[in-house]
Amino acid sequence: MTDTRERARRVHFRGGGFAPRPVRLVGPAVFLVLVAAWEAGARTGVISPLVLPAPSEAVGALVELWVSGELWEHLAASLSRLLLGWVSGTVLGGLIGLAIGLFSLVRAGLAPLVAALFPIPKIALLPLFIIWFGIGEESKVALILFGTLFPTVIFTYGGVDNVDRTLIRMGQSFGLGWFSIVRKIILPGALPAILSGMRVSTAIAIILIVAAELIAAERGIGAYIQIAGSLFATDQLIAGVALLSVFGLTVNWMIARAERLLLRWRP
Amino acid sequence: MQLRIERLSHRYGDVAVLDDVCLVVDAGRIACIVGPSGCGKSTLLRLVGGLEEPASGQVLQVGEPPERSLNPLTYIFQDFALLPWRTVAGNVSLVLEDHGLSRDDREAIVGDVLARTRLADFRDAFPRQLSGGMKQRVAIARALAVRPAVLLMDEPLSALDSQTRELMMDDLVDLWKRENLTGIYVTHNLHEAVRLGHRIVVMSRRPGRVLETVEIDSPIWDRDPSDPALEITRQHLWTVMRDEARAVDLELTGD
Ligand SMILES: Nc1ncnc2c1ncn2[C@@H]1O[C@H](COP(=O)(O)OP(=O)(O)OP(=O)(O)O)[C@@H](O)[C@H]1O
Ligand SMILES: [Mg+2]
Repeated sequence: MTDTRERARRVHFRGGGFAPRPVRLVGPAVFLVLVAAWEAGARTGVISPLVLPAPSEAVGALVELWVSGELWEHLAASLSRLLLGWVSGTVLGGLIGLAIGLFSLVRAGLAPLVAALFPIPKIALLPLFIIWFGIGEESKVALILFGTLFPTVIFTYGGVDNVDRTLIRMGQSFGLGWFSIVRKIILPGALPAILSGMRVSTAIAIILIVAAELIAAERGIGAYIQIAGSLFATDQLIAGVALLSVFGLTVNWMIARAERLLLRWRP
Repeated sequence: MQLRIERLSHRYGDVAVLDDVCLVVDAGRIACIVGPSGCGKSTLLRLVGGLEEPASGQVLQVGEPPERSLNPLTYIFQDFALLPWRTVAGNVSLVLEDHGLSRDDREAIVGDVLARTRLADFRDAFPRQLSGGMKQRVAIARALAVRPAVLLMDEPLSALDSQTRELMMDDLVDLWKRENLTGIYVTHNLHEAVRLGHRIVVMSRRPGRVLETVEIDSPIWDRDPSDPALEITRQHLWTVMRDEARAVDLELTGD
């Protein structure tokens, strides 16, 4: 009995989107295309070698560095500073952040201080640190510690603040002790935020270590870049920068792994 | 264990929430508390459970809880309050970990309560993998694990759809039958109240006072939901509540 002359139209699909999903190989492909275009530009002379050396030359510089054995010296110098500074900054920052999250008095005292010190570009303080801790390793480690401390504090106490209060009440209603509540409810609840904080603090640590080495160091990737720059050895400069980028990628990958492992429970 | 609520009043800042509430829940009996939204039912339950301090009045536990009880006053929360990072078994074992039980004892209790709530097959699932009804069963299993003397339930079924709610009500009736629990059951739903309570307390709008108390003497597990006597009680409760509910509605839209 339906009137067949009535126009029937399909309902338009208008949902979808806004849900990024992983697409394999696109990231590396974009990277390869860019490098290939750059190489082609350099070979055909579109990009003058004075402006930007070809990627192959940068690779050459890297190989040279590796063969001479200096690569490991620079890497080891940077990595050890980074690790020492970042680990101590993260541990200290985590503890302070937790204390701010848990105790009103600590929060009242320290939260404004942290807010005031966080935006200072820490590299500006390097001369001070050199005066306090000497020109050697200590000043650089202290700089990284100081630089990673604040984001860690802020992310940690933000995470603690965001822990679902009903879960804490639940713990109390079952008679869980204070330490149990902190360890089994508050810390796991704050973990996603703490891991996000680590993404930020590792990036800051890498930026700071290079900046510190640019200013005052004989060894380290920053020092290598600084020497290359002062000699206008642009291939070495690009090689050094590429190393940093690999650094960053590795760290990012490790945190992503940690997140997948530790936050399996997340919906 | 008998629970005696004596002249309980409470306020948040300038807002009086409870006004002189008295209520006795005898051992082995379930009291249902109904009342309009915001009248202080959850607050009353928090005061009874010791999660908040009353401004005046007191809550008394009369008699010793059973020897084996690990947590005499135990909550079941409306939104389940499961730790998302722990599995079903982990959520239950959480509440046993601070009681100095051996690992084997804990395992035994967890296995037992999961079997009783038909969750044995889901012991390693995370909460996100469970339906609402199952989550609430986990919460019930967790509450049973500490062998409570008194169960405090704040709208435990209101986050569930109506079919699941019916099934869970049957589960609760079974539970009352087996465990001989004392309980306070807060709900919005008069059907739940007449099926699950021995004593039904209607509260007024804020500040909450006891408006009316109705006793239903038939054993809970013998109640037939379609029993006309229950329906009459429910109708009566609804008449008492309706004016309060209306008044709340006017207040909320009024200012
Ligand atoms: N922590 C608090 N601080 C201030 N006011 C509160 C707090 N908790 C509850 N209130 C207020 O106390 C009153 C009673 O709240 P309560 O949650 O006990 O009501 P309820 O009867 O459980 O309501 P509902 O049926 O909606 O769950 C409400 O007006 C609420 O806004
Ligand atoms: Mg409530």
